[in-house]
Amino acid sequence: MNDNLMVSSSPHIRSKETVSGVMRDVVIALVPATVMGIVYFGVTAAIMVAVSILAAVLWETLYNKIAKKPNTVKDFSAVITGLLLALNMPALSFSEHPIAIFVMPIVGAGFAIVIAKQIFGGLGQNFINPALAGRAFLVASYPTLMTGAAFKATNFMAEAETYATPLASMKEGGSYGATLVQGLIGNTGGTIGETCAIALIVGGLYLIYKKVISWRIPVLYIGTVLVFTYILKLCGVEGAVSRDYTEIFFGGLMLGAFFMATDYASSPVTPLGQLIMGFGCGFITVLIRVFGGYPEGVSYSILLMNLCVPLIDRWTTPKKFGYVKPVKVKEVK
Amino acid sequence: MNLKTFKIGGIHPPEGKEATEKKPIEIIMPKEGALMVYPMSQHIGAPAVPIVQKGDRVLLGQKIAEAEAFMCSPIHASVSGTVKDIKPMLTPGGTMAQSVIVENDGLFEEDPSLGKNKDWQKLSKEEILDKIKNAGIVGLGGAGFPTHIKLNPPPTDKIDTIIVNAAECEPYLTSDHRVMLEKSDRLAMGLKIMLTLHPGAKGYIAIENNKPDAIEAMSEVCRKYDDISVVALLTKYPQGSEKQLIYAVTGREVKSGKLPASEGCIVDNVDTVLAVERACAQDRPLMRRIVTFTGDAVKNPGNYQVRIGMNINDFIEQVGGFAEEPAKIIAGGPMMGKAMFSTDVPFVKTSSALLCLTRKSAELPPESNCIRCGKCVGACPMGLMPLTLNQDALAGDMAAFEAHDGLDCIMCGSCSFTCPAKRHLAQTIIAFRGEVMASKRKK
Ligand code: SF4
Ligand code: SF4
Repeated sequence: MNDNLMVSSSPHIRSKETVSGVMRDVVIALVPATVMGIVYFGVTAAIMVAVSILAAVLWETLYNKIAKKPNTVKDFSAVITGLLLALNMPALSFSEHPIAIFVMPIVGAGFAIVIAKQIFGGLGQNFINPALAGRAFLVASYPTLMTGAAFKATNFMAEAETYATPLASMKEGGSYGATLVQGLIGNTGGTIGETCAIALIVGGLYLIYKKVISWRIPVLYIGTVLVFTYILKLCGVEGAVSRDYTEIFFGGLMLGAFFMATDYASSPVTPLGQLIMGFGCGFITVLIRVFGGYPEGVSYSILLMNLCVPLIDRWTTPKKFGYVKPVKVKEVK
Repeated sequence: MNLKTFKIGGIHPPEGKEATEKKPIEIIMPKEGALMVYPMSQHIGAPAVPIVQKGDRVLLGQKIAEAEAFMCSPIHASVSGTVKDIKPMLTPGGTMAQSVIVENDGLFEEDPSLGKNKDWQKLSKEEILDKIKNAGIVGLGGAGFPTHIKLNPPPTDKIDTIIVNAAECEPYLTSDHRVMLEKSDRLAMGLKIMLTLHPGAKGYIAIENNKPDAIEAMSEVCRKYDDISVVALLTKYPQGSEKQLIYAVTGREVKSGKLPASEGCIVDNVDTVLAVERACAQDRPLMRRIVTFTGDAVKNPGNYQVRIGMNINDFIEQVGGFAEEPAKIIAGGPMMGKAMFSTDVPFVKTSSALLCLTRKSAELPPESNCIRCGKCVGACPMGLMPLTLNQDALAGDMAAFEAHDGLDCIMCGSCSFTCPAKRHLAQTIIAFRGEVMASKRKK
């Protein structure tokens, strides 16, 4: 009787949660911001999002083929990288840059997937956020297209051909040039996915509710930006005096705090480590925004913190249950 | 109600208890002519030594193997009949062990000395411990630690708390639940007997709040005793793990590498406490135990009282067999139980359940790369980093494994359960932990 029993070691049951399920939740959470981006920036935004996702998926497939590895497209992580990359790019004007609209997402996705992710071993092994690496590569290769000057106005703004982002106006003119409401609903200059704070917060809360991410990184990140900006303001630091709480709704902060700094592979796994990650990102972001040459510091702050993650994880290993302080034995000479 | 639970980590696996939690305990007796197999190792420690010979007639309740070493426990016949052989036989754990084989004559003729000495109140502490030892009682939850040793820790550890582990946090298992409903008085009495060994100590019956009827039944009975109370716990796995349970009930943290007694606590399983009552107040040795027979392959899932030594195949046949062919049979619960190679083995003292799964529910998803989501870190009740330990184990790095506190793993499986990448975390960690401990012992 039944001699063919399966034998494996415990546990014999698993939760229903899967990698692709987790990643699908991230895609769902990004839908509101993507939709708003397309509403504000029109067809070009839609094209760039589509090209970027497609390119990321194709690069991943191609790499897996060449490296003779099983295709990992099914886990949805390449889709997320492509989407995040597009949301971090400005919508270019179709008439002026008909080629760049296609080339930039393809090049960016290639760098993100092949160099930043797969060369390091694929999903979970990459120590920097692939989408941000792709973006940084694009900034270096296409400085004029990726920064302020090329930004399109939203479909709901007055005539202007290009439009300075609120943070760029602050850097140059000492005022955001946009109201809090504009920041919340996203009617400001910026990259495709970063302008609508409400859409990003809704998506972020969904991820926290679904336990895909914890509150630690986003809350600490945004909180640190707020508090540190006020500290500098109250100290009368030149670049900070005219800033106020609306600061947190402008630029890439919401997108970065909820979706980029929380990237699993490039953020700490320990609870304390996640707090440090959030704090560090916030701190560096404010430093760059207030003192740096760039108006915006989110992507560089996250990339910088990414590099510290292995160290942070090592330092913040949780205290085990039943921990006893090791007794220091004094050396007797 | 103020619900207590343990400090860190933990998971909520699907309970799967609906099939059996309302089924009263049914008694299943071995048939005439059935061969009963009594392995000499049904506990932690040295094997017992047979004191009968091939051809001897033995009576129900007669001692057939003696505990000669300190860490050991005697074994009794659970039927009357003839000793057919003494030879190595397969055990549920998959290993071979020297066993006494008795053919059941179907008469169930009792050893006349049974039930003579029920007046446990008149006994001294030493005599009670001796009774427990001679009744062959060991931890029936699965560990098999001899109970008389657990109840008698070194005098430096002053015991002030005895906890009956009625959390039953493993999915599917319901036998403790049924005992609390059907034998509440005797369970409380068992705890009372244990408390007399440690004057001044308080007794607690710790029950998860997914068993409200058991909480009610036991609270009712406990009103008779001023030193016993029920503690309701917030349902969470692995609540029934000793260290976690002690924290939930007393707020004390058993230090790494230490035993519960170091924090003044003794924890015993429900069926074990019941066996103590049977040994002391009824003067009968350990001959039977209660098992949950369940899983989606089973025709009549239920809670059954079986004779230790009874063949599991015979048992399955007697209770109606399978509805569908099982692909995996687990001795114990799904989180920590052991998958069995064969069911042609006897029930032993530590057999707590038989969980029979169909192919559909036994199949496990394939493993993929760790995505560093940190969920295993959040689930580990010991505050370890399962993803790191998994890497250490796969790399075979014993020093790193020890430095990352791999030896503190309680083998609960929470990490594997939670992991979205379905990594075999607990599996590799537990196996490597065994290797590390073996190599340390050698040194
Ligand atoms: S099996 Fe070990 S490592 Fe995994 S959760 Fe349980 S105690 Fe932690
Ligand atoms: S739960 Fe699994 S995927 Fe997540 S960090 Fe742990 S091992 Fe990696």
